Amino acid sequence: MSNQTTAIEVAGLTKSYADNAVLRGIDLTVPTGTVYALLGPNGAGKTTVVRILTTLTRADAGDARVAGFDVRREAGGVRRSIGVTGQFSAIDELLTGRENLRLMTDLAHLGRAEGRARAEELLARFELTDAADRRAATYSGGMKRRLDLAMTLVSRPRLIFLDEPTTGLDPRSRRDVWAIVRELLAEGVTVFLTTQYLEEADQLAHTVGLLDRGRLVAEGTPAELKAMAGGETLDDVFLALTGHPAGPGGPGDHDEELEEIR
Amino acid sequence: MTSLTYAARDSVTMLGRSLRHMRRYPSLTLMLIGQPVLFLLLFVYVFGGTMGAGLPGGEGRADYLDYIAPAILVMTVASVALSTAIYIAKDATEGIIDRFRTMPIAKASVLTGHVLGAMIQTTFALAVVLPFALLLGYRPGAGVAGWLGAVGLLLLLAFALTWLCLALGLAAGSVETASNTPMFLVLLPFLSSGFVPTDSMPAGLAWVAENQPFTPVIDTLRACLDGSSPGSAGWWAVGWCVLVAALSYAWARRLFAVARAG
Repeated sequence: MSNQTTAIEVAGLTKSYADNAVLRGIDLTVPTGTVYALLGPNGAGKTTVVRILTTLTRADAGDARVAGFDVRREAGGVRRSIGVTGQFSAIDELLTGRENLRLMTDLAHLGRAEGRARAEELLARFELTDAADRRAATYSGGMKRRLDLAMTLVSRPRLIFLDEPTTGLDPRSRRDVWAIVRELLAEGVTVFLTTQYLEEADQLAHTVGLLDRGRLVAEGTPAELKAMAGGETLDDVFLALTGHPAGPGGPGDHDEELEEIR
Repeated sequence: MTSLTYAARDSVTMLGRSLRHMRRYPSLTLMLIGQPVLFLLLFVYVFGGTMGAGLPGGEGRADYLDYIAPAILVMTVASVALSTAIYIAKDATEGIIDRFRTMPIAKASVLTGHVLGAMIQTTFALAVVLPFALLLGYRPGAGVAGWLGAVGLLLLLAFALTWLCLALGLAAGSVETASNTPMFLVLLPFLSSGFVPTDSMPAGLAWVAENQPFTPVIDTLRACLDGSSPGSAGWWAVGWCVLVAALSYAWARRLFAVARAG
């Protein structure tokens, strides 16, 4: 996908769970080598978008191409091209940090020596070397998130999905994650992330899409969005652009209910 | 490498993970082995004197030990299979299954890894429980063919029950539910020819006992270990195991395809 200028292309995406229309026609384009932030409150449909683009959920209608592959017909191609860090940690808590990474290097079919080297390199990069032989269950929230990200990077994906990467993290860990996203960007990696924080989108994204009750109600650079809304917080932007405050009260859906556990 | 080699390689990677889990969680393994051992002691030393005298041609404790040893081995297999439901439910609730599902790995490897792990754990459990029964005075009269038949049937049963428990674990939605729903597998052997001859039961119950899968399995095992021919029970036993394995395999694959974390 290195020769492609468009990393993600989505048109007319819809998804319903029973009577709940979670996505009501999403169109968006993410150029290669940029950061796109999908901004919205709980229940807006952010997680559903990520799940569809990462082949975990099927859309009811619409087209989505990720890294040049159709998510429905060429799921294998999509999976070979992406890295995904979901909203909830996808680490194996019974294994140590190093074993988690070796599990990923084995599944990436790296050779023994190469796998070991890659695991050590990522442990060092994510400041987990000292904790490498401890079970992941004993890690702090920030450490778990760093391990999660490290596992995602094992296969050197050129396109990464981060679903609410900093939700539930303390400010320091949040800045750590931001630094990692900037490093990835510097390496030319495309990042698609979801967030509830305008500040996060502002810090990281080239393009911000504002998602409200399954619709993309605004899209632009963080500066454009703030100028349109004349405010600094998600609530300001929301009230200005949608006419109602951010927060629960959207249609809600099975996936997004999870966000409310937080 | 061909996709088949990749599938085998991924399954071995997942098996390694399963075996690590078993080592990290020894209390579960000990409980699984402890339960049949406890039943054996209880039934032989508490009930055995009276029950043995009640068997046709039986005289006491030693006869009862011979009578129930096959049922105890079957319960050992069921007990280990149960743990698979817990392991897979834990995977599903921790979000790691979603990670696997967004990776370009052989889809079945997550499940086959668990199955291979359970087969190894079953072998280990049988290697503890059977010598324990021998220690108490169990003296099977089987020749080589009888032993091969017995071991083969136990492994086939383990294979079938493990797939069933994988499906039950995936269907459960939580670790708590997953540890409860397969409990019937440990209770069913009591309603079979395992502990008393079915013709000593009331008519309705006897009908249930004679027609449920555990009865032909236990009868066949008993015949193999006695060194006699199982007759038609052998075909019923193998048929039930193959049927349960096939249906559960299809069910588990289907549930895995739509499974989602949380």
